[in-house]
Amino acid sequence: MNKKRQLKDRGIEYIFFIFALISIVILCMILFFLFREGLPVFGLVSVKDFLFGEYWYPTSEPPDFGIFPLIVASLLVTMCSAAVAIPLGVMTAIYLAEIASKRIKEFAKPMVELLASLPSVVIGFFGMVVVAPFLQEAFDIPTGLNLFNASLMLAFMSVPTICTISEDAIASVPVELKEASLALGATHWESIVRVIIPASLSGLSTAVILGMSRAIGETMVVLMVAGGAAMVPSSVFDPVRPMPASIAAEMAEAPFRGEHYHALFATGMVLFVFTLIFNFIADYISNKHRQVGASTL
Amino acid sequence: MSQSTTSLTHRTAARRKYSQAAMFILFRVAAVINALALLIILFFLIKNGWQAINWTFLTQPPIDSMTKGGILPCIVGTIYLSIGALAVGFPLGIASAIYLNEYAKKGHTLRAIRFGINNLAGVPSVIFGLFGLALFVTWMKMGVSILSGSLTLGFLTLPVIIGTAEEALRAVPDTYREASLGLGASKWQTIYRVVLPAALPSMLTGGILALSRAAGETAAIMFTAAVFYTKKLPTSVFDQVMALPYHIYVLATAGTEIEQTRHLQYGTALILIFLVLGMNLAAIIYRSRLRKKR
Repeated sequence: MNKKRQLKDRGIEYIFFIFALISIVILCMILFFLFREGLPVFGLVSVKDFLFGEYWYPTSEPPDFGIFPLIVASLLVTMCSAAVAIPLGVMTAIYLAEIASKRIKEFAKPMVELLASLPSVVIGFFGMVVVAPFLQEAFDIPTGLNLFNASLMLAFMSVPTICTISEDAIASVPVELKEASLALGATHWESIVRVIIPASLSGLSTAVILGMSRAIGETMVVLMVAGGAAMVPSSVFDPVRPMPASIAAEMAEAPFRGEHYHALFATGMVLFVFTLIFNFIADYISNKHRQVGASTL
Repeated sequence: MSQSTTSLTHRTAARRKYSQAAMFILFRVAAVINALALLIILFFLIKNGWQAINWTFLTQPPIDSMTKGGILPCIVGTIYLSIGALAVGFPLGIASAIYLNEYAKKGHTLRAIRFGINNLAGVPSVIFGLFGLALFVTWMKMGVSILSGSLTLGFLTLPVIIGTAEEALRAVPDTYREASLGLGASKWQTIYRVVLPAALPSMLTGGILALSRAAGETAAIMFTAAVFYTKKLPTSVFDQVMALPYHIYVLATAGTEIEQTRHLQYGTALILIFLVLGMNLAAIIYRSRLRKKR
């Protein structure tokens, strides 16, 4: 009887183990299907021409499949949004974790969470109908749908990610460190800059990288707000066409299993690799340079 | 201490105090900007959208090539899709979390699984869309349907559910487990009868968050479930549907009368926001109540 029960318990553990593997399985399946549908395009263009080709005219005869302008657009949009989102997100996190009173925090934290939950299509819509006309008038430019607008909207999508993870990182700094600094006569502000930020730096970097990873993969905002011109921009007010926008906009028209269809999946592969690299770096940093205890400093 | 050094320390102390005050104001401004962003978006949506919302808008399908009428099919579609996503993601997520928190021992396997979850959480939604298109729609021949969309969204929301479920399990005190095991219950009996009931309320908040995430998702359903326009309400899981987020996108970018249907776009966005923020707010309030109880 007892033996049977042990066996049953062991069996149940294995069942749960299999369920726990599902995330890895899904990740592998995503990789497999992306490559299955994306690789055939390299029978048509070389990897080099695909990645560094400057012309993306998938529907002309013969078609041009060069995603260089799309990659540049994705990177630029991500970097510009990071320039806004990193200071804003990290500063808000420090404010919430260190400065804000408990009552304000109770009110402000849900605000950040609600900002995170805004559907991307709504932010895209807002950028399109409110921000774009405003920019067009304020800067006297031909179109408000451009790199600048998209970066701004993306920034507000990645701020909550950066803020939440940063706040966790700051909160996990051992309180002894802060107390020691205050006891030595440093002001609260000096303790924040000289002690708390250095001690939580790995967590803050993880936050920043994950925020950027969210920005580079975000689709609806860049699809609606970036303007959609597949060219390398020369100013922040030029329209661009980041990779996700290209995939989302063209997949519906691409003939099934045609060259264009495969090219879009290959673009998806490149995008996937980018986000994977971001996640690898974040994972590496958060595991290697973790502030474990007060004594390690 | 001489007179001069005292006044010097006083002066630097004052300066340090002022610089602290100045920096703190800067940080406060950053937090205010975030709150303002949310409020401004809400303000514009409500100001321009509330007039569009009436009984007809909520209960009628679109008419006159989507320039008039309501959004009933979109509301129904979004509800079906998010419930479908939850039906896929919730059991899988809970089961994963149970393994991770109750069974798994530290080591390479655990690290690999965590790595998988973190990466899955970072996969862009448009990639999920491509994946759903290649696997469910084409390879498994489910077509563009509620089923394909729900499976795709279910996988997309999996990391959210796993994360919150793990947190819920971690919050169950170990004394509960020890008491149950001490009474002679097996590990599974302990999990099933003691740990799960204690953790279930907080797991539900994760479910609500996943539901709202699925409801607002656009790129993942563009190729897998949503269509431009369909007259009939769905009758089976193999039907295509209209969905609120996709409807906003379509009206705002591809409609024939983009300017004319502006009020419909605002109205649809407002309904979507109501749904999503409402669910999130409910989850946040529910969660803080649970935490206070503890």
